[in-house]
Amino acid sequence: MGKLKIHVDQDKCQGHARCKSLAPELFELDEFGNAHEVGDGTVPEGLEDKAWLAQTNCPEIAIEVTEE
Amino acid sequence: MSDTDRVLPEHPPVTDWVHDFDHTDPRWTENPFPIWDELRAVSPVVHTDRFLGCYLPTTYEAVKQIAYDTEHFSSRRVVVRDERPEVQRNAAPPITSDPPEHKPAKQLLLPPFTPDAMKKLEPRVRAICNELIDEFIAAGRCDAAARYAKYIPVRAIAHMLGIPESDSDLFIHWIHQILELGIKDERQLKQAVEEMTAYFAGHIEARKAKPTDDLISTLMQAKDKTGQPLDDSHVLGSLRLLLIAGIDTTWSAIGSSLWHLARTPADRERLVREPGLMPTAVEELLRAYSPVTMAREVMKETSIAGCPIKAGKMVLLSFPAANRDPAVFPDADKVVIDRKENRHAAFGLGIHRCVGSNLARMEMTVALEEWLKRIPEFRLDPAGKVTWSEGTVRGPRQLPVLFGKQA
Ligand code: SF4
Repeated sequence: MGKLKIHVDQDKCQGHARCKSLAPELFELDEFGNAHEVGDGTVPEGLEDKAWLAQTNCPEIAIEVTEE
Repeated sequence: MSDTDRVLPEHPPVTDWVHDFDHTDPRWTENPFPIWDELRAVSPVVHTDRFLGCYLPTTYEAVKQIAYDTEHFSSRRVVVRDERPEVQRNAAPPITSDPPEHKPAKQLLLPPFTPDAMKKLEPRVRAICNELIDEFIAAGRCDAAARYAKYIPVRAIAHMLGIPESDSDLFIHWIHQILELGIKDERQLKQAVEEMTAYFAGHIEARKAKPTDDLISTLMQAKDKTGQPLDDSHVLGSLRLLLIAGIDTTWSAIGSSLWHLARTPADRERLVREPGLMPTAVEELLRAYSPVTMAREVMKETSIAGCPIKAGKMVLLSFPAANRDPAVFPDADKVVIDRKENRHAAFGLGIHRCVGSNLARMEMTVALEEWLKRIPEFRLDPAGKVTWSEGTVRGPRQLPVLFGKQA
């Protein structure tokens, strides 16, 4: 399996903060509580499950997970 | 006949849910879940002539489509009622705002409600929970809705707004008039809104003389995008919203959760044994017993999931019904406290996502944790009766429970 990469679509994100609570290592919130991925979104080894978990819990389907 | 003694529509008992539903019918209030299942099996959108014409989307997909479609569906009316009085400017922004006014109004309120801001508030909420439990634990029983769940959010939001927590009963009274009695009685609604507005106007005046660092002051100091301070009517509208939206929503969510745990010993024991399950349990309880159903007004004719939607009618935007859709949630009718995939819509979808969702999650978590720490064993009191609220927000209003193991 290749490396995973995550990306938050800013047009879709409504700041539910589910991603941040499920995968605090992978997401950051801005002052309005909207999320963006940490760094360039590359998911460090061992955190793949958390990336998928965040993706499947985002109510706005704003998180894209791609496999490189 | 004068305006004040107008006769409001009758609400005869419902005999045909599919074509004549009524969300204030006692059967709906008591147990709406089988009704939603029945309606969903027939159509993704159903209609009633009651409430001057109202649609109800029954599936997650239909709810989502409407929530995202701000062109055809307006938020200027957010409660389905017997009447459609004139729309008030700045009724309760941003919940009653449409684009383009919506975004700037909402952005003002977002920073004070981020997860980090909620962490700072958490110790106060823990203390409130324990102060409440102290009042009744020795009795070995209590009404968990009226003595516990009800006071946690009201005192927390009062703390944030910088208004006396001791005014809680007054706030609760207004909310009851606005969200329940007001559905069928315009006068009660108006009276409560007027009293509430006067109350906040007094606080605004006081802060003009002596600024503080609470949420009222934050709003008063906020500037709109042209650099102008908000006018008083906007500040008042947002304060009304925070009080109305902040109270019986979370009160209901905490109450429903305790109701579930009182009658489901397996889940209760598991949560006591495995406190690490609390985050998924809270999400699942939110999904299964979502308290809030918002409304929209249809502005332009359209169709949703193949069903024609006519302008001028209302939509009961039932996030709770969406959350019970088996097409999206396997075992939708079961409460699975360790459910992993849970894209529930309890806080809405799209631009009107509940501003207070982080506050509500924190309050629910803390309320359940503190209760379970001190009252790990409890059950419904067989001699009492559980009653449920009517209308926009669903939750137990009376929840008599006995503490300790069953003898
Ligand atoms: S869960 Fe989705 S909507 Fe919520 S903050 Fe994360 S990306 Fe945004």
